[in-house]
Amino acid sequence: MRDRDALTDTALPGPAGAAGADSAPPRPLAGAVLRRLRSLVGLVVTLAATLVGLLAVTFLIGRVVPIDPVLAILGERASAEQYAAAREALGLDRPLIEQFAIYVRDAATGNFGTSLLTANPVIDDVRRVFPATLELATIATILGVLLGVPAGVLAATRPGSITDQIVRVVGLMGYSMPVFWLGMMGLLLFYGMLGWVGGPGRLDAVHEMMYEFEVPARTGMILIDTALAGEWEIFRNALSHIVMPAGVLAYYSMAYISRMTRSFMIEQLGQEYVTTARVKGMPEWRVVWVHALGNVMVPLITVIALSYANLLEGSVLTETVFAWPGLGLYITNALLSADMAAVMGSTIVVGAAFILLNLASDLLYRLIDPRARA
Amino acid sequence: MTSLSRRQLLGSAAAIGVASAMPRLAGARTPDDTLVIADKIDDIVSLDPAESFEFSGNDLINNVYDTLVELDPENLGALVPGLAESWSLADDGVTYTFVMRKGVTFHSGNPVRAEDAAWSLRRAVKLNKTPSFILTQFGLTPDNVDRQVTFEGDRLTIVTDKPYAPSFLYNCLTAAIASVVDKEEALAHESDGDMGHGWLKTNTAGSGAYRLRAYKPSDSYLLEANDAFWRGAPAMKRVFLRHVAEPATQRLMLEKGDVDIARRLTPVDIDGIAGNPDVKVQAEPRGRIMYIALNQKVAPLNNPKVVEAFKYLIDYDGMAGSFLKGAYVPHQSFLPKGFLGAIEDRPYRLDVAKAKALLAEAGVGPFTVRIFVRNDQERLEMAQSLQSTLAQAGITAELRVGTGKEILGEYRARNHEIYLGAWGPDYPDPHTNASTFAWNPDNSDEAKLTGVLAWRNAWPATETHALVEAAVLEKDTDKRRALYEEMQRIHQRVSPFAEMFQEIEQVALRANVNGFVAGGAIHSVFYWKVTKA
Repeated sequence: MRDRDALTDTALPGPAGAAGADSAPPRPLAGAVLRRLRSLVGLVVTLAATLVGLLAVTFLIGRVVPIDPVLAILGERASAEQYAAAREALGLDRPLIEQFAIYVRDAATGNFGTSLLTANPVIDDVRRVFPATLELATIATILGVLLGVPAGVLAATRPGSITDQIVRVVGLMGYSMPVFWLGMMGLLLFYGMLGWVGGPGRLDAVHEMMYEFEVPARTGMILIDTALAGEWEIFRNALSHIVMPAGVLAYYSMAYISRMTRSFMIEQLGQEYVTTARVKGMPEWRVVWVHALGNVMVPLITVIALSYANLLEGSVLTETVFAWPGLGLYITNALLSADMAAVMGSTIVVGAAFILLNLASDLLYRLIDPRARA
Repeated sequence: MTSLSRRQLLGSAAAIGVASAMPRLAGARTPDDTLVIADKIDDIVSLDPAESFEFSGNDLINNVYDTLVELDPENLGALVPGLAESWSLADDGVTYTFVMRKGVTFHSGNPVRAEDAAWSLRRAVKLNKTPSFILTQFGLTPDNVDRQVTFEGDRLTIVTDKPYAPSFLYNCLTAAIASVVDKEEALAHESDGDMGHGWLKTNTAGSGAYRLRAYKPSDSYLLEANDAFWRGAPAMKRVFLRHVAEPATQRLMLEKGDVDIARRLTPVDIDGIAGNPDVKVQAEPRGRIMYIALNQKVAPLNNPKVVEAFKYLIDYDGMAGSFLKGAYVPHQSFLPKGFLGAIEDRPYRLDVAKAKALLAEAGVGPFTVRIFVRNDQERLEMAQSLQSTLAQAGITAELRVGTGKEILGEYRARNHEIYLGAWGPDYPDPHTNASTFAWNPDNSDEAKLTGVLAWRNAWPATETHALVEAAVLEKDTDKRRALYEEMQRIHQRVSPFAEMFQEIEQVALRANVNGFVAGGAIHSVFYWKVTKA
């Protein structure tokens, strides 16, 4: 941030500096606007470059893997002539660079191609599977933060205490337990034996049919759509279905967030300003929860954003156990069948989600940390 | 994915222990008029009958479309009238006439005419998608099909290029590709002269027991009863099928009563539900044959003694009695039980001493060979069993593991050494397997007969080729059966194929569900016979 200030405010070579030097009296407002504009242009360029880079890598990987997309559609029995026809129709007979150029050109106009497996436009498929993942990831992250941050703070205030030990063991278990196993056990206990939660899938069969035909699909996120439509019975059913998978994912994100919170907090609590505050007689809760926690917010937001972004890719194992029709299964299926249009379309969505989250956490820093404001 | 399936396996195994102590929830939770099924449907690539060639897609098509001739779900070997009320073959042996059933309508309300039936067959031939060979093997080509398949009033005529066994044509007409599509409806959605292909990939236009109400690929589909169905309205007003990839999850849903049928339980899951009075298991032999094949381009696999030795180095009973229990039964010929001419001879068993003697006779010392297999749990276990029995005879087998498409690519290009995999019949006639396992018109690389297993393994099929050609023309069904029996016995002896197992599908159902037929060895599922007590 400081570098950028230096560029605009001093007469260093560069258009902004030159303009500043020529114009007297100085016009701070214009400078600010220009600065904003620059950062906006920079942002767009970075965004585009990241996405194109992402596409290039995905594209290459897709061409390097020894899977034949033509066979994926035609199956085992196809004749050589049918094979050649399909290959040509897919454009696979053209040079690699040309295939890529065509793809990027189409993608730029919003055409991500048609999935080989589903025969739908990739954009429609993504619109169908991404909300399922988004809904799950969001709830999991909220739960993970609500549990993980306080746990980490508590552990940090009394390092070595029984609280700390418990947080550590629970966290370690979260790191090391296979999600598949945890999910299956959770289902067995809470769905199979106790019957407290709904089963696999986003809804029961009956509610699924009701949702399909009676609720306008505004967002594709069932909880939001049913709440907007006032369909509370379907809402409750959806909630009972999402609790388990979200809980499992939340456990993992909680484990990560609590460990990170703890180490950030321990570092802060050792700082001089904390000692000063305590000496001045500030209540301990204020020292910990306001001053120290306030100062770890910036790195913590990065941690949370990363963990959220991770969940947005979709978790193949969780989606498999819970029969959750999300992005993770979609990408995996597509990859295994070399359905490259689908792979790249979903990659862009995930990539865009990463970039947006980065951007959001960047903005949050500025709100929270005065030093980050330009 | 290998690690995933291992993890899945661990997961299911762990789940069993707890589940057996689980209190059972009584009473079904699905509506009485709705059938809810857990299955795996991510194999579907198209719902167009002219293109679909996957199990799940054909299951759906069998319930949404009708064909001229159909199979009786209660006696799958028998042909029954479908949209054709009756049929006959002229004295010339090549002209078949079908008389259309009157008063049948498509889901759109359009009448089902001979014109629709002719158009559908012509369309399938012209679109030339993967399953089109089922029709083109009768001499139909995109150029001549308008002349060979004709209609007049309520009569449809098909003229074949040779006087085939009539049962051959009728059997083929029960396949999904011969479904009668609503011409007007399909053409209303035509784009770029595709005869509605693009639209029919994800939509349907049939006259069957159900109409497709919603379809989400790899997620679910919903069928709604066609109350005007010409056989009478089906008892189940809706069929909701959900894609549930994980067998342990399917089992939980079935035991809880959230689904009525679970179609992909593992033998371990099936054992686990044995004591539950709310569910029952129904076993049907399916058409899939598990086999190994030795590429005849690779020495010493092309030595007849070595080929024979391999057939004695497979632990048929050991595998069927352990990890394949309930999923496969030993079967050593290329026609699955249920087909015309199927035999149950089992001339081979694991006999290492005999194999060693054969290898010594061949003058072959210890050698190394690669087994090409896809990374599927069952197949890997078979490959590992094979690995250990081969080792006993001094043959070192390395596994070349890859995704299905990857291994298939190598196989079709004749790049494998030993292939371990499955073959499923394409249509309910013995010619389907005979023409791939035992028939090879041109063994040269240039012929590129990639769909023919004998060609893929560079086996000229000299001993059986002529028998296959004779059997498909034999008009007397008893003689035809005898020909298939004979060719299979020869095939067992001389071919580089060792057929090992036939698949058994164990369907688990809620106790109140009756009349479910998965299609046996030769066909797809029938939903319209299902009732709930």
